[in-house]
Formats: sequence, structure tokens, C-alpha cells
Amino acid sequence: MKVNKTAFSLSAHPVMSELHVGTVALQCSPSAVFVWEMEDKVISPEKAEEAKLKARYPHLGQKPGGSDFLRKRLQKGQKYFDSGDYNMAKAKMKNKQLPTAAPDKTEVTGDHIPTPQDLPQRKPSLVASKLAG
Amino acid sequence: MAGVAGGGGNGNDFQWCFSQVQGAVDEDVAEADIISTVEFNYSGDLLATGDKGGRVVIFQREQENKSRPHSRGEYNVYSTFQSHEPEFDYLKSLEIEEKINKIRWLPQQNAAHFLLSTNDKTIKLWKISERDKRAEGYNLKDEDGRLRDPFKITALRVPILKPMDLMVEASPRRIFANAHTYHINSISVNSDHETYLSADDLRINLWHLEITDRSFNIVDIKPANMEELTEVITAAEFHPHHCNVFVYSSSKGTIRLCDMRSSALCDRHSKFFEEPEDPSSRSFFSEIISSISDVKFSHSGRYMMTRDYLSVKVWDLNMENRPVETYQVHEYLRSKLCSLYENDCIFDKFECCWNGSDGAIMTGSYNNFFRMFDRNTRRDITLEASRESSKPRAILKPRKVCTGGKRKKDEINVDSLDFNKKILHTAWHPMENIIAVAATNNLYIFQDKIN
Repeated sequence: MKVNKTAFSLSAHPVMSELHVGTVALQCSPSAVFVWEMEDKVISPEKAEEAKLKARYPHLGQKPGGSDFLRKRLQKGQKYFDSGDYNMAKAKMKNKQLPTAAPDKTEVTGDHIPTPQDLPQRKPSLVASKLAG
Repeated sequence: MAGVAGGGGNGNDFQWCFSQVQGAVDEDVAEADIISTVEFNYSGDLLATGDKGGRVVIFQREQENKSRPHSRGEYNVYSTFQSHEPEFDYLKSLEIEEKINKIRWLPQQNAAHFLLSTNDKTIKLWKISERDKRAEGYNLKDEDGRLRDPFKITALRVPILKPMDLMVEASPRRIFANAHTYHINSISVNSDHETYLSADDLRINLWHLEITDRSFNIVDIKPANMEELTEVITAAEFHPHHCNVFVYSSSKGTIRLCDMRSSALCDRHSKFFEEPEDPSSRSFFSEIISSISDVKFSHSGRYMMTRDYLSVKVWDLNMENRPVETYQVHEYLRSKLCSLYENDCIFDKFECCWNGSDGAIMTGSYNNFFRMFDRNTRRDITLEASRESSKPRAILKPRKVCTGGKRKKDEINVDSLDFNKKILHTAWHPMENIIAVAATNNLYIFQDKIN
């Protein structure tokens, strides 16, 4: 769960005032308690869920610039440092999905100059879809 | 508009039975195998699927076999190809996923089939053609392709065409690239069969199918200051008959209809569809669940349907202030919005579709359930795509979700629903009662019961 998710509309939210009404009434006088109880009964399931969310993440939606949500949506995808970083990450993923050659062949770092025989076999990058049988 | 065979076009007068399921059985689902789009072609003979691995698989309906009357034309694999590959955007240091977001078929004009497939950034036009003959008896080369010595040729012959095993080839004919800064969510072929639109979060472009180095921007909702961004485009579609009209939906639950004859840049809409909201019922979730994930015109062109998180709405194009019909898909989720927000399910984008006669609509839900609504009888049904009920021609049993403590037999409690089993993509055959339902990495095909 990404804690910094927001809905941009929250900053101009009428419900906030309604939640305060209940508590104010409680502080005012005993006769106002009845009003508060009435509010409680007609809270929709949606508002109850909202209260739950606020209880768990009190800082939700308090950031200004309500388009955080949209901005996150516009930039989806993992950011890499550069193309080298990206290619390394992809190679790591491919090695995980497809079993590579014997372990000693993959230990080609630093200690010695690799020769073509030492490098792991290049696997075909295209794997057919399982829907195609 | 074609009439619907067998049942008058509604979803509930008859029963749905299992027909086929394609895909791997094992529990471990590879991310690349997750189906991301399903689309029938105009005749319904071809069914295309796209997946997260950038691959397209096309199924073709078998000709009905007189000797096997119960086999109502099965869909078998016709062609499969890698449409998109992952790329790296060097300027932004972001990966461009190869996931196929949408496939749209072009109407068939000759023996070959054409479709458009798109990922987040690039649209491709693919030609799928059959080859069942090959020429033999060339003069200048041998049967295995080696060139013959021209001095040894003493006679001329005419090459003859001989039948060969059917080969289906897919080749990319056009690549429409570099026109979208943001992620493409929709493509739609125009009724003029010459142009199509592509929509991303903030812009919509118009293309000509023959021209790849140019596209016209027809909608641009990017604000000058990105801090003022309040809504994004979520889906767009051309009108099925009026080539100048298209609609686009937004994350705020509104739909704008635009007319390309009125101005070159359609930032100002011709019609604005929005259902008034009761301000007292507004909550933190209101805007998120009102975001429209799909918009589809009816075949007649008179109505359009929108899907938001909890409901499907049918709009009459002549009435902008509210939908004419609203169908609750899974209202029981309203009291689960907090956890659905936490596990991100509240952002799931469900699609919806019409049947051929526009008498019924279908959309997906969780736990591999999908829902059908009959617009005439107002009846609805919940069905499940599962391997358990996948015996040939097995009739699907209606499912029911209960919210309270008392669970009747055959009902499932809302807390037991599997939110990882989501049916986001469904398709209905354009003329018959055959539906394709994508359940994660499996494709189910259901048909109405044959009498």
C-alpha cells in the first residue's frame, strides 16, 4: 500500500465539516447529543469506510496540490538510473525466469577476462504465449 | 444492426454454458501471460487477445461441422505473434511496457485481416494473411532455392501453383510512434475506415491509417501549470456511424462528446454528460469510484455505456444530465472501500460490452465473477469463470454474493471473495450469443445452450 496516495479532491472536501459538526454538538450541550446520534445513524457505508481510512492514515490528503494522485498516475512505471541500469535489471529478470547454464559459467566478474566460452548462452528472448498451446 | 441469433439478443432468456478455456492451468501465473485485452472482429470469426508480454494470439472459429452438430464452432489458435517489445525511454529513464493495452480490428476489405494493437506509446497496424499455395517449377532456381546455371536451361516452363499446408503470417504494416507523451489508454477505428484516434491521459490524436509520420492533435487537456491538473482522459471512442463524432471519458466521471466538424481542436465539447451528485453523500472515495474506466457506444449509435468502479450506466446521447439506466455491478463493495483502497483494487479498470442487438450488457467483477444485465427485462445474472465448472456444454450456475452473516447454500460471503481474480476484459460476439471472458491468464469462451 502506497501511503502517499491521495485523491486530489480531498483538499476541498465538504465532509470534513460534517465530521466536525458531530463533535461540536457533543461539546455544546446535552440536548445536542441527540443530533449527533442522528448523524451517526445515517452515515453511509462509504463515509464509514472513509473514517476507517482516516483513522489508519491520518496524514492522507493533507498535502496541498491535490494532483499528487494524478501525477503519480501520469508517471507510472519504475524509474531507472539510466539505460545500463535498465538492461542490468532486465538481464537479472531473464536469468531468474529461464534457467541458465552451469553455475561456474556465470561467475564471470572481475577475477579474469571472460572468453566467449565462459559467457552464459544467449537465450532466445521470445517465449510463445501459453494461450497458443 | 444485425439481429442476434438464438434468443432475441438478451442475456437471460436462455442459459449460458461453458464452451472452451485456453491458457495454462498451473497456479503460478507468469506476469507476461496475463491477458490485457480481448476483441472479436466484425464478423466474430476471429478473436484476438493481447497480453502483458506484448504478444497477440488470434483464435479462429471453426466451420460448423455437420457431422458434429454439438460443436458450435470452436475457437482454435489461428496466429500468434510478438506485437510489442519492452523499450527504454532514455530521456525519462523509464521503461515502456510491452503490455498490449488495446486491440481493434479493421473491417475486412480483402482476404487479409488487419488489426491495430497498442502499448503505452506505440500503435502498430498488423496484417494477418494466409498462404496456402506455393509456386513450383521456377526456371531460374531449383525447388530448394539454389540458382540454376542459366546456360544449362534448355526449355522454358510456366511455374504452377501447388497447394501447401496453411501458413498464417502476421506482418507489421505500419508503426505509429512518438505521438504520445503520456500512456495510451484507447484506440478507436473511425467509421470512415480511413482514420483512427488514439488517446492518452491528456491528449487525443487523429491518425490516417496510411500515414505514420503525422498525426493531428484533436483534444488537449493538459493545463499550462501541471499543479492545476484535476482530471485525466480515461477512454475514448469514435461514434459507430458518424465519422465526425467521438466521445472521451474522464477520471471525474464525466463524458464529453466532440464534433470534429465544429473545430479542428476539440477542446470544447459539443455535449457534456454528467450525473448530478448529491453533495451530502460525497466522501474521500467519491471521485475515485466515479472515474470511468471504459466507454462504449451501442451498435445502434443511439446510446453509450460507461463503467465506473461500482456500476455500469447507459446514456442516451440526447440526454446529458443523467444516464437512462444504471446497473449496480457489486454494490456490496461500497462497505469495503477502505481495504480496496489499501490494496489498490479501487483503481482496477473494468471494461464493459454490448451484445449484438444492444439488448444486454456485460462487465466483469472479482472472484472471476462477471455480470450480465438484460436491458429489456431488467434481469441480471452473475456467473463465474472457473475450471471447476468447465465441463463441455456444462450450464453455468448463477452465483450470488451475500453480505450479512447468514450465508445461504451456494452463496459466497463478500469477505471470501478473491480480489486477485479480476475479470477486467470481456467481449461479446457481434451477432451471436458467444462471449469471451479473460480471467487473468485464462481465456474462457461461453455460448448459449443449444437445444
